[in-house]
Amino acid sequence: MNIDSIQNGVVIDHIRAGQGMRLYHLLKLDETELSVAIIRNVVSQKMGKKDIIKIDADIPVNLDVIAYVDPDATVNIIRNGELVEKRQMELPLELHDVLTCKNPRCITSTEQELHHIFRLSDRNEKVYRCIYCETKAGG
Amino acid sequence: MKRSVIDILDLSAQELEELIATAEDIIANPDKYAHVCDRKKLATLFFEPSTRTRMSFEAAMYELGGHVISVSSAMSSSAAKGESVADTAKTVSCYADIIAMRHPKEGAAYVAATNATVPVINAGDGGHCHPTQTLADLLTIWREKRRFSGLTIGVCGDLKFGRTVHSLINAMSRYPDNNFVLISPEELKVPSYVKKGSLKKFNIPYTQTTDLEAAMPQLDILYMTRIQRERFFNEEDYLRLKDSYILTPDKLKTAKPDLAILHPLPRVNEISVAIDDDPRACYFKQVLNGKYMRMALILKLLKEAGTL
Repeated sequence: MNIDSIQNGVVIDHIRAGQGMRLYHLLKLDETELSVAIIRNVVSQKMGKKDIIKIDADIPVNLDVIAYVDPDATVNIIRNGELVEKRQMELPLELHDVLTCKNPRCITSTEQELHHIFRLSDRNEKVYRCIYCETKAGG
Repeated sequence: MKRSVIDILDLSAQELEELIATAEDIIANPDKYAHVCDRKKLATLFFEPSTRTRMSFEAAMYELGGHVISVSSAMSSSAAKGESVADTAKTVSCYADIIAMRHPKEGAAYVAATNATVPVINAGDGGHCHPTQTLADLLTIWREKRRFSGLTIGVCGDLKFGRTVHSLINAMSRYPDNNFVLISPEELKVPSYVKKGSLKKFNIPYTQTTDLEAAMPQLDILYMTRIQRERFFNEEDYLRLKDSYILTPDKLKTAKPDLAILHPLPRVNEISVAIDDDPRACYFKQVLNGKYMRMALILKLLKEAGTL
């Protein structure tokens, strides 16, 4: 399968297989008009399988979101067809308006103006909790 | 500097001990404190029904010589018109020197605290935290046992939704040589994040059981809780579980003579009234202790805010 290489843009590589589409939505790429390729289940020597996202525009991407979904992913910035920057991820201490608290008893369920903020509570197990009600992200 | 108390863990173990020392001093010398809050105002914002906690805060402020301004229910407040917690907190900060707030939504007190310009005390935010109840529990344990370590603490009833249980476990896990017996129906066990965040974190030994009577002989403290109707989305589950544990004189036969029986109240039927005259029953002392600890906390936060 061929996907044209991009001249100016962002390539998010080494995404754990199966997480590409989730990352696409969390980065809100579905809300843009940009050309974006999501390549799933690419054979990788290191990972077995991986996902890749190619964005055909040099836009700022939310590294915190990428690190949250997969801290082992890499972000490559491409300009004039050349790799000019490779960014490694680090788990963010807080996530702002990336996730929504699913606890129906949480204050964020009734007060729409509040920012949804999750804080890293367990680095080893990558657990984030809502700062308001302490419900685990995804729980 | 303005500081709020949302969770019992907002207070260090040393601060808890200082609050207990202040409360003991208030008990011994009430006149000394009768005017320390002259002309200061406490706003009690209770967006959920409460009798004892609100009255306790109000009594505490009056006994410090201060005044109380109040919103008694959400239906009579601007919240009924759709005002946010943040705006309410900012507005009330203009009237009061300190706020005590109860709200049915978890995290509401945090929102209030981050928007108020005066200290906020969480008087219960849904099933999340209720730190001043834990202060009452701790003063009661202190006054009954004169120590916070080397205790076998049984907690019984709704350990899943019971915020007072979670706070007590968090607070007592910070002291050495305690162990917990967690007594509940299978459906209402302590959530794993509480076990992980305190019991496992501090290597506190604990056992989980459904059998109150089997656990009884080893206990130094028995903390009974009500199965709370308001925490269930499903009435059938509530009805099935509500009578899981009823403490009767018969069940106390194997208990230690110096057992301390605590309950955050209100009780429904989980402690028989026949136990009220037993010297081991401490739950009404606990109510009184709650007032003293709220006095101590109001004083501490007003002093830190530079209001006193």
